[in-house]
Order: sequence, then C-alpha cells, then structure tokens
Amino acid sequence: MKLQLKIWRQKSADSTGRFETYTVEADEHMSFLEMLDVLNETLIHEKKEPVVFEHDCREGICGSCSMVINGRPHGPMQGTTACQLHMRSFKNGDTITIEPFRAKSFPVLKDLSVDRSAFDRIIESGGYISVNTGQAPDGNSLPIEKDLAGKAFEAAACIGCGACVAACPNGSAMLFTSAKVSHLGLLPQGAVEHSARVQNMVNQMDKEGFGMCSNTEACEAECPKEISVENIARLNRSYMASIMGSEK
Amino acid sequence: MWIIKFLTSSIGRKLIMSLTGLFLCLFLVVHLIGNLQLLIPDGGETFNRYAYMMTHSPLIKIIAYGNYFFILLHAVQGILISLSNKSAKSQKYAVSTNANSSWASKNMMLLGLLVLAFILIHMGDFWFRMKAEGGFLGEGWVAMLTYEGIGEPVANLYDRVVITFSQLWIVIVYLIGLVALAIHLNHGFASAFQSLGLNHKKYTPLIKGLGKAYSILIPLGFAIIPLYVFFTNL
Ligand code: HEM
Ligand code: SF4
Ligand code: FES
Repeated sequence: MKLQLKIWRQKSADSTGRFETYTVEADEHMSFLEMLDVLNETLIHEKKEPVVFEHDCREGICGSCSMVINGRPHGPMQGTTACQLHMRSFKNGDTITIEPFRAKSFPVLKDLSVDRSAFDRIIESGGYISVNTGQAPDGNSLPIEKDLAGKAFEAAACIGCGACVAACPNGSAMLFTSAKVSHLGLLPQGAVEHSARVQNMVNQMDKEGFGMCSNTEACEAECPKEISVENIARLNRSYMASIMGSEK
Repeated sequence: MWIIKFLTSSIGRKLIMSLTGLFLCLFLVVHLIGNLQLLIPDGGETFNRYAYMMTHSPLIKIIAYGNYFFILLHAVQGILISLSNKSAKSQKYAVSTNANSSWASKNMMLLGLLVLAFILIHMGDFWFRMKAEGGFLGEGWVAMLTYEGIGEPVANLYDRVVITFSQLWIVIVYLIGLVALAIHLNHGFASAFQSLGLNHKKYTPLIKGLGKAYSILIPLGFAIIPLYVFFTNL
C-alpha cells in the first residue's frame, strides 16, 4: 500500500516546526512504527534526517510511542497504542497526519518526541509505597475484596503514556494521576499513605501546569489502556476528604 | 492556610464550579415554577401578588443576593478556569476530531458567556425596571396597580412581560439564550456530580439521564412563556 504522510518536523525544543510530506510504501501487516522505520531507512539512504519518534517495548506496555495520528493520540483504534496499531487500519492511498502530543507541560523536544518528565515528577511526589512490601505474598494471606482488587488492577494498567493529556482540550493530567492514586490507594499496602499521597500528587500536578478537568472524557476515549474516568471521581473525593478531613 | 490552598487547587476550583452550578440548577426550578404562574388567565393577579411577595420577603432577599453572588462567582471562576485551561494547551492539532468528546463539554465558556449575556438582558427587561421605578430615574418604568389586602401600589410585572414578549426580536433573543442554557446544562448537570467525586455504577447512569432530561425540560418550560405570550397577543 502507498501512503502519504504529513509529519511534524521540528529541529529542537525552541525552533518552530512545520509539516513535511513524504510518501511511503507499506505493507498492511506492518505495525505503525514499522511503517515509520521504513520511512526512516529511506530518509537515511537519502542522507536526510530521520523522523525522531519514541518507542521501546513495541508491545503496548511501556507507553513510549507517543504520537497523534489523524487527530487521535495513538491513532484510530480503540484501546491500542501506536506500536500495536497495524497498517490494516488504513487504506491504500490514504494521507496520514502525524503530530506530537500537544500540551504546555509536554514540550516538544524534536519531531514527534515530547518531554514527559512532568509525569515522573508527579510519581516522585507520591506515586509509591514508602515501606518495602517484600516478596509477592502467598495467595489470600492478605484478604482483599475481589471488586477492589479488580479496580486496583484496572487502574494499574496505566502505562504513563500521556495520551490522556494529549487528548484533553485542557491538557489535564487527571486521568493519569487518578489512575496512579487508585491503583495504590485501593490496596491495603498503599491505603496507609493514600491521604498524603493524594495531596502531594495533586499539588505537583497543579505545579506542572496541567489544565483542570472539564469532564469532557476525551481522555477515557483515547486511553490505550481504557482507564475509566471513575478514577477521576475517586481522585476528586479523595482530595477533598484529605484536605478537609486530615490534620495536614 | 489549608482552605486557601484547597480553594485555589485545581480540584477546589472545580468544586466551586460544581456547587455554584448546582445551586443555579436548583434556582432555575424554583424560578420556572414561579414564572409559570404567568400562564394563569387572571389578568396577571396571581403572578403580580407572587412577585410582590418575593420582592418584599427578607428571606427571599437574602437568597436573591446569594444567587447574584453565585452567578458572578460561577461566571468569573468559569472564565478564569477556561482561560487557564486554554493556556495549558500549547498548540492545536492540525487534524481536529470530535470522535472523543461532546461539543458542549469543550465549549462551556462560550455557552456560559451567551447565558451571561442573556441574564443581563433579562434583568434589564424586568429586574432593573422594577428597581428603577420611583427612584432617581423617575417613574414609568413599570405600571403600578393596587390589589385588595396589599396596602401599597404593586408593580404590574405581568403587564411588562406582555409588552416585552409582544416583540418578536426579544422572543428570539430569549430563545437563543435558552438554547445556549440547554446545551450548557446538557454537559454541566452530570459534570458537576463527577467534579464532586460522585461517580457510581448504580447512580451515574441515573444522574446522566436526569441531566439530559433537566437540560431539555427546564429551558423548554421557560421557552413556553415568551412563546405563549407572543402568540396570544398577536
Ligand atoms: C443559570 C445559569 C447557569 C447554570 C445553571 C450553570 C450550570 C453549570 C454547571 C452545573 C456546570 C458544571 C460544573 C462542573 O463541571 O463541575 C457548569 C460549568 C461551567 N459554567 Fe455554568 N451555569 C450557568 C451559567 C454560567 C455562566 C453565566 C457562565 C459564564 C461564563 C458559565 C460558565 C461555565 C463554565 C466555563 C463551565 C465549565 C467549567 C469547567 O468545567 O471547566 N456558566 N455550569
Ligand atoms: S491514563 Fe491511559 S492515556 Fe493516561 S497515561 Fe495512563 S495509559 Fe496513558
Ligand atoms: S512502544 Fe511501548 S507501548 Fe508502544
């Protein structure tokens, strides 16, 4: 299949970028990133700068492959990262527009690569458990209600990719932060620090300049791990309970 | 101070939006029930007596001033939040999509500004005239009449309503304002519960359904009044 690609090219963080158009010959069995690899090989042969894009696992678990494909973070396929998207989702002759994630808190570094260290700082502010929780415990040694375990597990599926921020018209990081707060706070080991964690992570999230949540729910629609906005409601009530109810 | 930190945090600011928004939703119900008395065919006596009672009760006065304050707080906070949210997005995408969210949810400020313009026009049509009557702006803003049992002249607001809504262009302006309100609430009603942290498998579908019904029925109820007056006074 022959495709036209409109790709955002930007030399560095402080240069102004623009779209460049390329044509590429792809196979419908290729992943989206393999298609970009083919393009980059051609560019390298032509002694041109290859397109910078991030990737690592290429199996949908690391959250590196940030890009907006035809206006949608990670492309058109529901619950799928860009690396797991296959070219069979496109047709011969299609024009595909590829842009970096856009948010003030995710500045573009080069081409499609953005700086997502704001997420790391949110995690550093509280997205952990302070004590060593040891080896994986024996099954049922710590009773946890099945539904809660399920909810914690679903929230833990968040790979920190940032698609929620990219999709949000406000550049809000509520889905990511709420997923982390839920995955830790719903389990007994994490519940101990839940109240303090919620305040610290929300403070850091605000400090990083992410927008406020208007409940557009674009994040949930675009999240490759289909994290639910139910978590955002949990973050809202946990934060209110923490700041009003705790002595801190 | 924790309370300042709370109310200036992202979640605290949205809490203010949701509480003021829900208060205004409650106000709209009361306001609509009161105003539907305009449809009673008694030359406006029931409505005028009701309006007199409302403007002469100290309790209603306190609630009314609270209401003005909440509208202002909601509008100012809404505009500030929207501007700050716009600046959190560095650049628009070249390809925009409507696949992931509703138009209303992304245009709450525009809709809110239309509602605000409508509220100001609406207060100019009735509230201002009633306040101005007999003051330093002189007389003639609203006709006065007397009713048995009330020992002073009563403003004939019913008469003002008929005069106002006999003009087609005012009816159209009101309808535009009400459509904007309907779209604002189509997203806003359920959104407020989510902002309060109230999301529950059993109740959220109910709240969403109630929100859709509310956002259509309340503006529709208000729209009946100018339309009824206009078409019965042709
Ligand atoms: C009777 C009039 C009004 C009612 C009943 C009303 C109701 C609501 C409700 C229930 C919400 C949802 C709150 C939330 O998401 O937590 C909301 C949001 C909003 N309202 Fe209003 N509103 C009214 C007038 C206005 C006015 C005059 C403005 C002025 C600009 C305005 C601007 C906004 C904005 C910008 C939001 C979205 C805030 C955000 O989520 O980022 N509203 N409104
Ligand atoms: S919530 Fe979803 S979209 Fe956001 S960072 Fe986690 S996996 Fe990515
Ligand atoms: S490269 Fe790891 S999730 Fe796509």
